[in-house]
Amino acid sequence: MSRCATTSQTVGPFLSIGADWLNRSELSPPSVSGERVTIAGRVLDRDGGVPDALLETWQANAHGKYPHPEDSRDLPIEPGFSGFGRVPTDPSGRFGFTTIKPGLVPGPGGRSQAPHIAVSVFARGLMRRLVTRVYFPDDPRNAEDPILGLVEPSRRATLIARRDGVAGTLSWDVVLNGAEETVFFDCL
Amino acid sequence: MKPVVAYRAARAGTQPDHLHPPYGSSVKRAPTRALVALPHTLTEVTGPVFGPEVVDPGAVDLTRRHAAAPLGERIVVSGAVIDEDERPLAGALVEVWQANAAGRYRHAVDQHDAPLDPNFTGCGHALTDGEGRFRFVTIRPGAYPWRNHANAWRPAHIHFSVFGPAFATRLVTQMYFPGDPLLPFDPIFNCTADAAARERLIARFDWETTLPEHALGFRFDLVLSGRDATPMEL
Repeated sequence: MSRCATTSQTVGPFLSIGADWLNRSELSPPSVSGERVTIAGRVLDRDGGVPDALLETWQANAHGKYPHPEDSRDLPIEPGFSGFGRVPTDPSGRFGFTTIKPGLVPGPGGRSQAPHIAVSVFARGLMRRLVTRVYFPDDPRNAEDPILGLVEPSRRATLIARRDGVAGTLSWDVVLNGAEETVFFDCL
Repeated sequence: MKPVVAYRAARAGTQPDHLHPPYGSSVKRAPTRALVALPHTLTEVTGPVFGPEVVDPGAVDLTRRHAAAPLGERIVVSGAVIDEDERPLAGALVEVWQANAAGRYRHAVDQHDAPLDPNFTGCGHALTDGEGRFRFVTIRPGAYPWRNHANAWRPAHIHFSVFGPAFATRLVTQMYFPGDPLLPFDPIFNCTADAAARERLIARFDWETTLPEHALGFRFDLVLSGRDATPMEL
């Protein structure tokens, strides 16, 4: 190890200049198999909606396969599904994206991980990205998920999207700071 | 299924804390609860792969995106995306964005009283080549005021975003210029405890990539976390 990883710096308030070209809020074209779901919510700081945040998402397809060379399992790749999403927040802090519910993926100790989406949160005021996850409501496998199990029980709900009454739509907020703060992970 | 090999944690002091009170916006946005340590799983050691079909080959030259050339001092910024073991990372997506030569961003929120340049948008992107290299042509951005504290000015900088080999290695940072007198006063540049880590955010002037009678060259490498030696149990 002869070099040291570059230090992170905030994206600042003007990141949309550089980021918008790669925005992806529709991850599930008709050719892709799986259960469609729209996940929408707000990014909130201590003062309310965050108008200048960016979320990036990374997930497996409905078979639990990541389209990446290090996922060597013999599972189908879905053409047209890259697993990547990028959505900005609007002036009131709202975001939304449509995707498919991912399958199970392997986790530590030979235990499967429940369906989940990895999320990076970027915004002015964040010195480095925040890493969190979205899980799916009413999925019995959440109870056995090895990563949710690392989180104190009273805070696990911040990682699980809620049904909001509209079929196929889930709501999930990212609370950066405050009493109902979302659980964030130390990823590196 | 091959074993999962985690990426290395950052060395102490070389990454900023989430809360850095001299940078006012961090106070209302930094988490107050401790982060939960996340063992790297297949989710974290994989990540989005971007092929040549995603990128615009013209996006490496920010000075040729409009009818005429932008105002300002033309520069070449080149470097490599490598890991801590100096392995080049080919096919990494690098994105840049910046202010114009007058210190103004082409963004509705930027109301600094400095002119916009109709010939400069200020964004670009590139995939690294087989040896991890990238090269952008742009103009040197201006310094600009912000309202963080009395008479606050940001040193000239270019924002860099890089997708490395995995979700775990995602990095966004800023590149600064050598000799900038504003650096000691900038709370964002100074948010990292380790002085050597801060210094590595400053590009170095580079004769080799300086183009005669055309543009000064600057060199800036992006170093991503390396792999742990031992696989995680899976």
